[in-house]
Amino acid sequence: MPHRLRHLLGIEPLSAAQIADLLEQAKPFQEIQRHPLKKLATLRGKSVALAFFEPSTRTRISFATAATRLGADTMQLQAEASSLQKGESLLDTVWTLDAMKPDCIVMRHRSSGAPHFVAQHLEIPVINAGDGMHEHPTQALLDALTIRDRKGTLEGLRVAIIGDILHSRVARSNIHLLAKFGCRFTLVGPAMWVPRELEDLAPHVRRVARIEEALEGTDVVLVLRVQLERLHEPALPLDEYIHLYQLTPERLHRAKPDVIVLHPGPMNRGVEIDPVVADGPHSCILEQVTNGVAVRMNLLYVLIGGPPLGMEETHAAD
Amino acid sequence: MRVVEKEQVMGATEMDRTIQRLGHEIVEKSGGAGNLVLIGIRRRGVPLAQRLAKAIRAIDGSVVPVGTLDITLYRDDLSLVAPQPVVHSTEIPFSVDDRDVVLVDDVLYTGRTVRAAMNGLFDLGRPKRVRLCVLIDRGHRELPIEATFVGRYVQTSDTEIIEVRLEEVDREERVMLVERVP
Repeated sequence: MPHRLRHLLGIEPLSAAQIADLLEQAKPFQEIQRHPLKKLATLRGKSVALAFFEPSTRTRISFATAATRLGADTMQLQAEASSLQKGESLLDTVWTLDAMKPDCIVMRHRSSGAPHFVAQHLEIPVINAGDGMHEHPTQALLDALTIRDRKGTLEGLRVAIIGDILHSRVARSNIHLLAKFGCRFTLVGPAMWVPRELEDLAPHVRRVARIEEALEGTDVVLVLRVQLERLHEPALPLDEYIHLYQLTPERLHRAKPDVIVLHPGPMNRGVEIDPVVADGPHSCILEQVTNGVAVRMNLLYVLIGGPPLGMEETHAAD
Repeated sequence: MRVVEKEQVMGATEMDRTIQRLGHEIVEKSGGAGNLVLIGIRRRGVPLAQRLAKAIRAIDGSVVPVGTLDITLYRDDLSLVAPQPVVHSTEIPFSVDDRDVVLVDDVLYTGRTVRAAMNGLFDLGRPKRVRLCVLIDRGHRELPIEATFVGRYVQTSDTEIIEVRLEEVDREERVMLVERVP
């Protein structure tokens, strides 16, 4: 029997085969997004704790939608309104949530490694919905699903990543994932955001100086969100960033004719991406959102849809 | 636990004859095949639905659309079965609204699979009518579900299993009665 996935903490430790399975198995859940009636009872009676210790709108809504479409209930903890404000430790907060008996916990935290720490102290599956500058595995899965649907394969693609790569868990998880399928990467952005160490993430990662060079002959462009609060004079004024790194239709011409453009959202239109590109035929930004629900539904099904751990020998399927 | 074969219920020729007969019955009891669609329940319902469509085409020339329904997400025993079943695609590339649907499966037993299939079907639309066609009805229902079109009724005990083997799936063509022995 293949190794059963217990948690999803990161992409890095997964094998290419495990990732391929998660993508393949997301397909029926993509179909459900097109059904007139999208509500299933598959996880009826189960509950999913959404513990977002860092503000999040789209990832939290996507997980909540995935859970409710499968018939599960959600227990939602929001950083702003929680006892974190009152000084409770992470572990105490998580144990309190766990005492309400959820079947799994989806967790976002500003510290890298926080979900791994929590997973060591809980019996239930933990899903990492973003930890610090480390990983955002479900985002990488939904990006890979979007790429595979458009390109037919992940094997050997050329991928350009633009922007603040240093602080981006999305970029890290994407590089870990796509590198397992032999993709090659060019990274571009302000020097302070694209340090040399990033080239050690995977075998074929290359930093380049100019966006035109990064885009040359590329299959996929991943545009990262600029966190405006990180841009400041005199180091890097906003108009300078736009001038040097904005993805414009003219620049995109250097990529392959069937290039696709991804953005994890939320977008700063007119900053990292020209609205013409964001809304154009190469953009997959809204497909990413729809695929996010499908990927997360499959993940919840895989992690909590079966018998509880240790009770797997009851009787065989079929 | 072992399974031993007790007897052969049908051979290839009889299976083919039965499918032809079911095709005739479906056309007859539908007032023509114009509004019909066949939906095979994964896994062995799918090739059976395709064979029925072929039979119906030979009978009155109608091309009846065939779809595939995967019921995994609608099962009521997911928290009991291991290994966890893989969800496969449901492929119904046409609207089921107002259509005359015939669900197709190999064996009708407890009725739970058909219950799940109806839930799945109604998530896709609102058919005008839904009927069920099975190759074998082996009894032991746990739900108020019956088939309109039945290839053969077979008396069984609850330790017995009906195994339908189809060329497309199993590389052989027969129906067996087997028994579980501890």
